[in-house]
Amino acid sequence: MKLLTSSAMALALLANSAAAEGELVIYHWFEYMPAELLEKFEAETGIKVTMDTYDSNEAMLASLKAGGMGTYDVAVPGDYMVQIMAGEGLLDTIADGELTNKGNIASAWADPSFDPGRKHSIPYQWGSTSFSVNTEDYDGEINTTDLLFNPPEELSGKINMLDSQGEVMALAALHMGFPQCDTDRDRLSALNDMLQNAKTHWASFNSDTAKEVLVSGDVSVGMIYDGFSAKAREERASITYAFPTQGYVVWMDNVVLLKDAPNRDSAIKFMDFLLEPENIAAVSNYARYGLGVTGAEEFLDPDLATLPEANPPETAGAGAFIAVCDQATQAVYDQIWTNLKN
Amino acid sequence: MAGGAAPGGSTASDTYARARHWLLMPSWAVLGVFVLAPVCVMVIYSFLTKEFRGGVIWDPTLAAYDQFFFDRGLFGDSDPKLQWTYITIFWRSIWQAGLATILSLLIGFPTAYYIATRPAKTRALWVFLITIPYWVNLLIRTVSMKFLLRDEGPLNDFLLNIGLITEPLQIINTNLAVQLGLFYSYLPFMVLPIYAAVERYNFSMSEAAADLYATKWTTLRRIVLPAVRPGVIAGCILVFVPSLGAFLAPDLLGGAKNFMIGSLIEEQFKGNAGNWPFGAAASMILLSMVLILLMIFAHQQRRAEASA
Repeated sequence: MKLLTSSAMALALLANSAAAEGELVIYHWFEYMPAELLEKFEAETGIKVTMDTYDSNEAMLASLKAGGMGTYDVAVPGDYMVQIMAGEGLLDTIADGELTNKGNIASAWADPSFDPGRKHSIPYQWGSTSFSVNTEDYDGEINTTDLLFNPPEELSGKINMLDSQGEVMALAALHMGFPQCDTDRDRLSALNDMLQNAKTHWASFNSDTAKEVLVSGDVSVGMIYDGFSAKAREERASITYAFPTQGYVVWMDNVVLLKDAPNRDSAIKFMDFLLEPENIAAVSNYARYGLGVTGAEEFLDPDLATLPEANPPETAGAGAFIAVCDQATQAVYDQIWTNLKN
Repeated sequence: MAGGAAPGGSTASDTYARARHWLLMPSWAVLGVFVLAPVCVMVIYSFLTKEFRGGVIWDPTLAAYDQFFFDRGLFGDSDPKLQWTYITIFWRSIWQAGLATILSLLIGFPTAYYIATRPAKTRALWVFLITIPYWVNLLIRTVSMKFLLRDEGPLNDFLLNIGLITEPLQIINTNLAVQLGLFYSYLPFMVLPIYAAVERYNFSMSEAAADLYATKWTTLRRIVLPAVRPGVIAGCILVFVPSLGAFLAPDLLGGAKNFMIGSLIEEQFKGNAGNWPFGAAASMILLSMVLILLMIFAHQQRRAEASA
């Protein structure tokens, strides 16, 4: 999937790179950025854009650490990954006044815990991660994490999980009512046992095709991001996004300036471009996620405001960012995940 | 497989003796840069300390191999027990790869034999037909396979329509789907070497055997098979080795639920674990296994040749 998308993009981009005024190399999630927006950026600035894609924050980090630094100018990590990358020294600092449009950042996202003062990043899109249910196959109550971790008989073997440790473990902790990055041994053992048991009901782990397996009917319940689910609903109306009473994961993807960016000036121009309300609204209209700048309302699809995937019901539990654990705790989480994937 | 001059073969002319050195240089350079150097890096990494969130610390340790063979519990401080997790993964991979090899052989041998016995004119066409699907990238072919096998896919639709089944067969996300994927991916690697061997086979030997009242089965077993044996062995190795390290089929067709060696190693470098030394150690153990296997093959081959 991602290979198809990215090669199509690469081709599209190659086509109109005649008079390049510089280059920009983006490392981005799959199926997320509308190709027309990159074309617009190229037309406005004359900068030639190349984009590679990844399917998880961890895969991106691994690839950057394995020699990708100095290749890419910007990447689009999620909240907790911005914090990790800053801690690893992979991010460059954006000096005061470098970004003309920095003032456009909505106040709610101007000073987030994962990047205080927005030294390395700008908001891109935000949304939630939970799961969706094909209500043709199941007509019971869907707003409970039981559907993933303790499903009724009829859903057993019809569940797809995201192949993403952070999100699965965070949702599992919410299901058990445990804190994230827990250090209590009894609770961690219980979490491990619960996941082992839940796995017997799961059909697959897949992120790339999380939407596709729901639409095609391969599975009846699938972990998914809210905007991806909204797109799934456009293709199959019975796909309903759940807001579990136990809570759900909230995330924000951010455009970061990478250390040793070969085209730092282009990267700054690109960030300014994405802080323009009209441009970032184009991403939201395409990807069906929320944005983090002010003054974008007039450019947004009117139905985005009432999107069921973006408007939690009264009964929904609290949304939580994925926490960044210390090394010792992470080692246990890694072990639980390895046990799970064996 | 067996490149280079035959030992003791004086047939190789000395005309190019001096040039041979230089002519081989590009091959050695390619092998050195793209095979030897990466393997050396992996050997070294497998003895280094894991860095938190990917990467290595230059501090020699056996921790990666310890992790492979010993289970120290969820918190890493229980008494070490034999670690079955990874042995199971290796066993599963060997089983799947072995099965794919046998299946490919059962289907590939008659196919190759059939092609090799066609008139010379049409043979090229048959070989050409075999290779057509392989113009498409393996990833695309594996994804297409997923579309075919899924619960609401064409295969199940067809079987339901002709009334052979009443419920869709659950094939996707099972080991059977992985098996089909491996078999399909590597079948031509079985057909082509066997075809090459059968094509060189002198069929007057079969006629001679028939003249001497050998049955068809005896002819196949005692005359044809020994003659095309190198092709069969090459085919088996070419299917077995890549199947052993495959990760696309288990990920896409098997639902990434049950690691095979390839996906286990991939996860260490690309996935959440970020444990490079362990990934390197698992690669080394796999590499050693394959080497030992090939050496056994080579040894048997030599013995067979000596006794012939």
